[in-house]
Amino acid sequence: MAVNPKTLPKPTPETQHFWEGARVGQLLLQQCDSCQHIYFPPRPFCPDCASPAVTIFQASGKGRLYSYVINHRPPRWIEAPYSIAVVELDEGPRMMSNIVEVEQTPEALILDMPLEVVFDAVTDDITLVKFKPASIGNEA
Amino acid sequence: MKSGSIAIVGAAETTELGKIPNMSQIQLHADAALNAMSDCGLKPKDIDGIACAAEWPTDLAHYLGITPSWVDGTMVGGCSFMIHLRHAAAAINEGLCTIVLITHGESGRSWVGSKAMGNNQASLGGQFEIPYGCLGPSTLFTIPVLRYMKDRGLSHEQLANVAVVQREWASMNPRATHREPITVEDVFASKMIAYPFHILECCLVTDGGGALVLTTAERARDFPNKPVYILGTGESVETPMISQMQDFTSSKAFKVSGQTAFREAGISHSDVDHLMVYDAFAHLPIYGLEDLGFVKPGEAGDFIWERNTAPGGLLPMNTNGGGLSYMHSGMYGMYALQESVRQMRGIAPAQVKDASTSVCHGVGGMFGASSTIIMSNEAP
Repeated sequence: MAVNPKTLPKPTPETQHFWEGARVGQLLLQQCDSCQHIYFPPRPFCPDCASPAVTIFQASGKGRLYSYVINHRPPRWIEAPYSIAVVELDEGPRMMSNIVEVEQTPEALILDMPLEVVFDAVTDDITLVKFKPASIGNEA
Repeated sequence: MKSGSIAIVGAAETTELGKIPNMSQIQLHADAALNAMSDCGLKPKDIDGIACAAEWPTDLAHYLGITPSWVDGTMVGGCSFMIHLRHAAAAINEGLCTIVLITHGESGRSWVGSKAMGNNQASLGGQFEIPYGCLGPSTLFTIPVLRYMKDRGLSHEQLANVAVVQREWASMNPRATHREPITVEDVFASKMIAYPFHILECCLVTDGGGALVLTTAERARDFPNKPVYILGTGESVETPMISQMQDFTSSKAFKVSGQTAFREAGISHSDVDHLMVYDAFAHLPIYGLEDLGFVKPGEAGDFIWERNTAPGGLLPMNTNGGGLSYMHSGMYGMYALQESVRQMRGIAPAQVKDASTSVCHGVGGMFGASSTIIMSNEAP
C-alpha cells in the first residue's frame, strides 16, 4: 500500500508510546491497575473507572477477524480492492486494521478467523499495525 | 422536555433539491429559512432563537438579519437538527427565547461555498482508523454490518431489500431523486462500493436544505398551519470511531435516545403510525427498528421483507424514499424531520392515511450520535 502523508497518523503525547512500540515490532495496550480493564486506543487514564494508574504492556498480537468491508473505490494511492477490518484482540480491545497476505475476497476473509499481527513500516517514523491469517498451529 | 409543550409551526425545504450549482451553502440555509418563515407568516425580525449545523449560527444570523437571544451550533453530524429541536424546546420552555428557527443547507454535490472537513491526523480516528485506507462513510459506516449479518442471520437479499422497499415510497414522491422501481437483483447488479454494499445500498449525494420554526404549543394556535406537537425527544452520543462501537449489532446512542424519547412522550410502539429512520446506508433502518424497540434484535430484516414498512404496511417507514432514493446532502436528519412534519400535516406526497403520531430517528457520524423526535398532530 503506497502512502499519502495526509492520512498518516500524527502521534500525540498520549499516544507516542504506541507508535514507538509499533516501530520496534510491539503492539502495546494499556491496562488499568485499579480495575484491570484493558483498553485501546491509548489515553493516560482508564476509560472505565477514570483511574490514572495504568500500565502499558505488550499484547500477544493475536486476535480474530471481527468485521470488515472490502473497498472497491480506492484513493489513488492504494490498489483496490482492499480490506478495512476490525480485529478483536485476544486481550479484548478491538482495533481497525488491514488484513494482509491473503486474497481480498469474501471467500478468503472469514469472520472469526484467527489472525496475528504484522508490522508495516510505512515511513521511517510510522509503522502501522496490520494483521494476517494466523500461521498453522498458532490458531487462537 | 414537557411533552406537547412545543410545536412546529413552520417547515420547508429548499425550493430545489438535488443539483443546485447556482446557490452557495449559506444561501441554501437562507432559501430554506425564508421558505419556512413564509410558510408560517414570519419575518427574520420575528425570530429570537436560531440553531444550525454545517454553517456557524453567527454566519446564519448575520446573513438573515437576525439578532437572537438564544443560539445553538451543536454539530454532531446528520442528526444535529433533531438535537437542535430538542435543545430549542427546552430553551423555549425555560423562557430563553420564544420563536426558534432551525436551518440546514448543504452543497454536498456541487460544493459551492462549502468546505470538506478534512482529516485531523492527530485525532484518535486520524491515528487509528484513517491510515488503513478509510475513505469517508462508505468505508466506515458500513463496517459493522458483516458482524450483524453473521450474529443476527441477516441475508444479503434482506439488506438489498431495504433499498427496494424505499424505492417504492420514492416512486410516489415527485421530488425524489430516483423514482423508477428496483429489484433485489438490480441492487446486486449495481456497482460494488465497499463489500457487502452496492451503490444502491448507499445514500445519494445531493444539494439541498430545510428549515423549521418552533414555538410554544399555546402560541402555535395563532399560526396558519396545523401545529405539529413535539411529544418526546432524545439524544446521545457513543464514539467518533466505528471500530470502538461497543456492540456491532446495536447502537448504544440509538437505544438511549429512543428510550428517552418514548419515555418523554409516554406512548407505546403500537401508538406509532409513521416512522423515519435516517438511512445513510441500507443497514441503518434495520438497526433503527431494533434499537428503537419496534422489533426484537435480529427481526428487522424479516419485518421489512414481510412488507411491514412498505406502502400499505403496518409501520410505514421512510415514506419520502429516504436518503437512499429521496435526497441526501450529507447530513440528512433535516429531511427526515421535514417528512415527519408533512405526514403530521397530512400533506405528504405518499401520505399515510389518518397518521397522528410520527417517530423521527437520526444518526450522526458513523453510529457516533443519535437523536429521536416524536411528533403528533393532536393537541395535547
